[in-house]
Order: sequence, then C-alpha cells, then structure tokens
Amino acid sequence: MTTMRDWLLSDAPVSRRQAAWARRYRGWLLFRRNALAMLGLGIILVLILGAVFAPLLAPADPDTPDLAMRLARPSALHWLGTDELGRDLLARLVYGARVTLGMVICVVIIVAPLGLVVGSVAGYAGGWLDRVLMRVTDVFLAVPQLILALAFVAALKPGIASAIIAIALTAWPPYARQARADTLRIRNSDFIAAARLTGASAPRIILRQVIPLCLSSMIVRMTLSMSGIILTAAGLGFLGMGAQPPTPEWGTMIATSRAFILSQWWVPALPGIAIFVASLAFNLFGDGLRDVLDPRQG
Amino acid sequence: MIAVSNLQVHFGARAVVRGVSFHVPHGTSFGLVGESGSGKSTILRALSGLNRDWSGRMAIDGLELARRRPKSFFRDIQMVFQDPYGSLHPSQTIDRALSEPLLVHGLDAVEARVRRALEEVALPPSVRFRFPHQLSGGQRQRVAIARALMPEPKVLLLDEPTSALDVSVQAEVLNLLRNLQETRALTYVMVSHNLAVIAHLCATIGVMQEGRLVETLSADDLRAGRTRHQHTTALRALSLELEDPSEAGRPA
Repeated sequence: MTTMRDWLLSDAPVSRRQAAWARRYRGWLLFRRNALAMLGLGIILVLILGAVFAPLLAPADPDTPDLAMRLARPSALHWLGTDELGRDLLARLVYGARVTLGMVICVVIIVAPLGLVVGSVAGYAGGWLDRVLMRVTDVFLAVPQLILALAFVAALKPGIASAIIAIALTAWPPYARQARADTLRIRNSDFIAAARLTGASAPRIILRQVIPLCLSSMIVRMTLSMSGIILTAAGLGFLGMGAQPPTPEWGTMIATSRAFILSQWWVPALPGIAIFVASLAFNLFGDGLRDVLDPRQG
Repeated sequence: MIAVSNLQVHFGARAVVRGVSFHVPHGTSFGLVGESGSGKSTILRALSGLNRDWSGRMAIDGLELARRRPKSFFRDIQMVFQDPYGSLHPSQTIDRALSEPLLVHGLDAVEARVRRALEEVALPPSVRFRFPHQLSGGQRQRVAIARALMPEPKVLLLDEPTSALDVSVQAEVLNLLRNLQETRALTYVMVSHNLAVIAHLCATIGVMQEGRLVETLSADDLRAGRTRHQHTTALRALSLELEDPSEAGRPA
C-alpha cells in the first residue's frame, strides 16, 4: 500500500500515466477531506450499486401485483410496504433507481459533449460563428425547461426515450455558455499562442488545448445539474409525460399513488424521499468536486 | 535571412507600428529596445503570424510572407514568450508540451527528440513528466525554449525572454540562448526593454519609439555611448542610472 502511495506522490514521475494518476490522487486526497461530499459520493455509489444489482437486491418482482396485499404497512414480508396494486415498494424503488440513473446518464452523455463543442468552438472562433451559435443557445435558454420538455414530449410519444431527448434539448445551453466563457478566458493566453505557433489547426487546438481546460468546470456543472435532471425526469413522470406505468419510475410512482397521500402516506412519500436523497447526493458530491477541480475557487 | 520593410500595424484606428524596416543576416541577432507600448512586441507578433492585421513587406529566407502562414512556416520560425508562467499549458506535462510540435509536423523519433531537447536546455530528465506548476520560472523558460526548438527552426523570435526571471536566472538563460545560437546557427530577433540584456546577446540593436525605428546601431556603439538619436541617449542614461546610480551623472 505504501509503495502504491509513493508511486502516486512521486516527485519525478517516469511516465505520462503516472503523472496523470498522481494528479488524480492529489485531487482525491483533497476531496476526501470534505465529509459532506464524501456522504454524497457514498449515496451515489449505493444508488449505482442498487441499480446495477437490482434483480439480486429486490425482495420481490416489482411488477407482480398482489391485490390481497394492497397498501400494506411495512412488515417483515414487505419492508417498505406495498402500493395500490400490492407490489413491493422496496423492489420498485430499487428498480426505479435504474430508470432514474439511466435517464440521468443518457441526458449527460448527450448534453455535455454537445455543450462543450458548441461553446468552445464559438469562443475560439469568435466572429459570426460565435454570434450564430450563441444566439441559438439564447433561444433555447429563453424557453422554460419543463414547459419545452412537456411540449416536446406531448408532440412525440410520452415515454422514457422522448423524456431523455426533451431534457437533453433543454439542458445543453448552460454547458455551452460555460464552455464559451472558459474558452474566452484562455484563448488569448500565451500557451494558446504557442500552440498556434506549432502550426496546429484550429480543431486540433480546440480539442487538445482548449477542451481539456474546460473539462473540470464541465464535470462540476454536470454533477450539480444531475439533481436538476433527476427532478425534471421525475416531474415529467409525475405529469404522465415521462416513464409510463407500470414502469417503476419514482415520479410515476408518486403520480399513481397520490390519492393515498392522507390514508397511506408512505406509498407516495417513499419515492419522494428517494428523489430527494438522490438529488441531494448529487448536489453534495458536485460541491465537493468543485472545491477540488474549479480553479476559480482557489 | 529576415527582411522587413515599411511594416505597419494598426489596432483599430491607432497605428502601433508605423513603417519599420530592418534586415537581419543569417546567424546573427537583432535586438529591438524601447519603452512599453513602443510597438516592439507587435513587430514580433506580426512576424510570427500571430497578428494578421499588418501591411508592408516581410520576407524570411527570401520568401515573401503572406497573412496566413502555411504549416511549413512554423517549422522555420518559432517564438519564446515573455511570461514562462503563461506560455505553458497548465494541465499538460512537459513531455506533452515538447512532443506536441513533433506530432503536428509528423516528425519521427519523438521519444529521443524529447530527451535530447531536455538535455540541450540543461534540464534534468526528471522534469519530463512534471507539470509546469512543479517547476521554477527559470526551468519553465528553459522548457519554453526547448519547445520552440523542437521543430528545428532557423529563426527564433524572443519576446522579452528573461524579463520575468530574477537576475541570476536571467544570465543563465541568456548564456543558454547564446550557446544554442552557436551550435544551431540560429537567427534571433529579440525584444527587450533592458539594454544590458539586449547588448549581451545582440550585435545590432534597433531603438523603437512610438512605433518608429528611430536608430539602428551596434552593441559596441551603444556600450561606448556613440548614440545619435536623443531617445537612445535617454534610454542609455536611464539604464545606467538603474544599474549604478553613482555613474548616472558622468558623461560616457
């Protein structure tokens, strides 16, 4: 263990790989000191593990109704009780993590590269290209996120796939703005001038010099916006525009059981708590990451 | 090697360089001195192709320079910047900075060339995989010089290469530049506000004032005080005063 640590903290790394891992390790040492961020990371890991191993962890099948056991209280048989069709709530929550995390990951995979490319190209090129790209971004920014997503899903077919596209469509502009601001900050620096003097083409400079420097604030923004994506996904599900029943999606689960909020409060409350905990975890984790990665914070 | 005639550069409506002409023979050094804002760095940026808004004529090795430079141009001409803290990419290792020019130009034997370049600028092999923030200012400037040498240029443009370094390191870097010039037969154009630094490296010196080249003289003439233009005389007096206040009043 000590040798691993020595290798990582070596003063004179002997390969690029070692240098890169040493950098990450130093970041991790810094991150580890933030207890709340570690809590966030822990919850996220639990969520991910739960989603991956859902079939092993879930005590029952999430889609098998048992009308004799409708709206049961938490018991030894059903740890968190059952819903209005007698399905095990814990099983549905665990499977719901799959749906939610899957949606979050899909949205981020679409949104982050798109925003990064649009923003860094606009910032580096300047001139008319910058103006066109940024006005397009402004148009998307001017429309309220949930409303545009609703309109888009209503125009298509309600479902997980259209919810993902709808959220992605409305979530990329802040990424582009951020990437452009970062690019503008560095485009006139000497190291970019030096890169231009190597004779490298503009795409090469953007890809190899500019984007790596935009990446850290992009990762921070991504983590922080994941909680927003979770809320939007749940909101769409609740409004019947996202995942469709019987899919165990947390927002949809609240929607189908909202009639019982006064008599059997835990049925709609549990998915609500799941949404709350998941988005809080991403926020805490993102805050911790920002302290490590974002140069503007010191 | 380098011929510049009637070079003019405008920043908007303001003329920064107003008709500058000079000639630098192969293997020699030409120095440009002047106060900040006199346009000396702007000449370098126009020569290197970083600034494309210029008029006049510039030729290197007998070839007229266009606004847009072909990739081969950047093999022949390289530049070292003033601030070694700003001219290296903060998240790239030294190894990456040095191999990037080789990759762009498709040169072979990257590994060997990087190792030789570090040796040439007298840096230990251990710095190779460090990040710029782990090096001192003098070491960074050596890396910047090594990077400029990677594509094996004929001309090196030096934009105040020592002014961000402390005095003892300045001398080391200047000596390094002088040795490199001898071994590689490089042609230098160096910009500085420091007469002592310029005279150390350059045989011929051009004095800039408000965008004009007011006088061109040899380093020996400058040292001996054989100046013709009053601005040169004033710069020289100022420089002497800074170096040794007791000698300032004495006629040269």
